[in-house]
Amino acid sequence: MQPGLPHYLAVSALLFSLGLLGVIARRSLLVMYMSLELMLNAANLALVAFSRFNQNLNGQVMVFFIITVAAAEVAVGLALIVALFRKRQTSHVEDLASLKL
Amino acid sequence: MPQLTDLLFYAFAGLTLLFGFLCVANPLSRNPVTSAMFLVLTIISMAGLFVLLHAFFLAAVQILVYAGAVMVLFLFVIMLLDLKEEERRKLNAIAVGLGSVAVLGLAGVLLRALIQAKPVIAAGTQPVEGSTKELGRILFQSYLLPFEILSILLLVAMVGVILLSKKELK
Repeated sequence: MQPGLPHYLAVSALLFSLGLLGVIARRSLLVMYMSLELMLNAANLALVAFSRFNQNLNGQVMVFFIITVAAAEVAVGLALIVALFRKRQTSHVEDLASLKL
Repeated sequence: MPQLTDLLFYAFAGLTLLFGFLCVANPLSRNPVTSAMFLVLTIISMAGLFVLLHAFFLAAVQILVYAGAVMVLFLFVIMLLDLKEEERRKLNAIAVGLGSVAVLGLAGVLLRALIQAKPVIAAGTQPVEGSTKELGRILFQSYLLPFEILSILLLVAMVGVILLSKKELK
């Protein structure tokens, strides 16, 4: 069976669900962050598939922007995690239950 | 007789999902470094899917930016923090169980919507090519302002990160 748009969207949906599972089940801030990246990538895959099968390149430009914003987001997020680790000596979400540092 | 590209799609899709699963829920190891390595493999298989979708430029960017820059940053931070303790922790069984139910529900809803959707794309039309030339033309004509705003965003992120990593936050 020739793969079409629904096949790519199914892969994207499953990958997004996997990322969500990681965010819910894993308790380490860094692994949760990687799962977020997985979800962003799933959205990228859906956009590229739509772009290919709808004869419209705007979707790919969108993915380009998403990759750039994700890179900036990763840099800021990891800096926050490092700053938090310096204060509290942990990156485990269950140890970070209080609002005050 | 299936074509090579069709087989490649199934191979890359299977690899992407397998590596993605091993990244978030590896039954053998809960070391963050293992997760990061499987995330690199997921991203590379996904670049293969991008090539199959004729998005060649994005496939290259995916490998350069994600597998190159972002994952190096992740590994750097993991090794900086020395997360030995993460492996000894027990997972919260209630959270994992309820989370799996929620995730299966979401996947079910998405896949059911996909199955019920009627395809609107005519079969005979010629799909677009995501060449660097075409993409660059669109990027620097229709999307010039967002492109410039992105450069400012990167500058802001850079300044913010430098400020955050200073020894004393005031």
